[in-house]
Amino acid sequence: MTSGHDTADIKNHIKVYMMVFAALAFLTIITVAASYLDLSSGEAIFLALAIASIKGSLVASYFMHLISERALITWILMLTAGFFFILMFIPMASLIDQARLG
Amino acid sequence: MNIPYTVEERPDTGLYNAKLGIWLFLASEVMLFGGLFSAYVFLRFGAPEGAFHEWGKELNIPLATINTMILISSSVTMVMSWASLKLKDFKKYKFYMGITLLCALGFLVIKYLEYTAKFDHHIYPSTNTFYAIYFTLTGLHGLHIIGGMVVLFYLWMPGSKMWHSKPEQFTNRIETVGLYWHFVDLVWIFLFPILYLL
Repeated sequence: MTSGHDTADIKNHIKVYMMVFAALAFLTIITVAASYLDLSSGEAIFLALAIASIKGSLVASYFMHLISERALITWILMLTAGFFFILMFIPMASLIDQARLG
Repeated sequence: MNIPYTVEERPDTGLYNAKLGIWLFLASEVMLFGGLFSAYVFLRFGAPEGAFHEWGKELNIPLATINTMILISSSVTMVMSWASLKLKDFKKYKFYMGITLLCALGFLVIKYLEYTAKFDHHIYPSTNTFYAIYFTLTGLHGLHIIGGMVVLFYLWMPGSKMWHSKPEQFTNRIETVGLYWHFVDLVWIFLFPILYLL
């Protein structure tokens, strides 16, 4: 059986889930609203990705419980993130090369 | 023979096996979608200045916003179904899991409407590089939704019998499928702005 302490913990978690839900819904509206602002392409990309990153962090930290997860998972994800950024860098590298060659 | 570490944590990893397994799978999924995000960046830079933004204007932002809300809601109901099992409330688990499935179905119906509207306007993956990557990314994401729904339905209906014999293992199964579901939501959180808004 779930102990009294566990039950209280889960009930507290539920409150946090509801707050995260409200934050995600609010940030979604902000993302759409920001897309109608008169921003340069670079500014718009930065703002949209920044908001998406905040939303993604909320999902990963609270819904996926990464905030209280074992270190092993964190290490696996850090390694994955490293490879992910290398993947993202490859198209950039081709641009640099293109500029160098004129 | 019993499968080891379905409930208790392995001493070396500090995790039950399925949790480590799903996280390794999700790491491979990051690389799968990462490759396509990388292709998106490559195609965007390769297209004429501002072309991706112009081509993307054909997409339906209100429908995609509703879909984003639906997927966020399904993530909440997913985590609530796990929390209900932790509180030993099987009826609430069934309720929240049912809502999660409904949300997933709603997402797919809206996606279907979006796709058919594009086809009616003779917009296909071959139309331009934006639609090539749009259909690839959203199609792969949609396949993940369908795959998730199959597992969610199993755990909602026939698979839920396990709750009566092995409640802790069943709760861990819901946590594991929940991690997958939240990942699918997380991917959409990035797909929405890069495809519809930028």
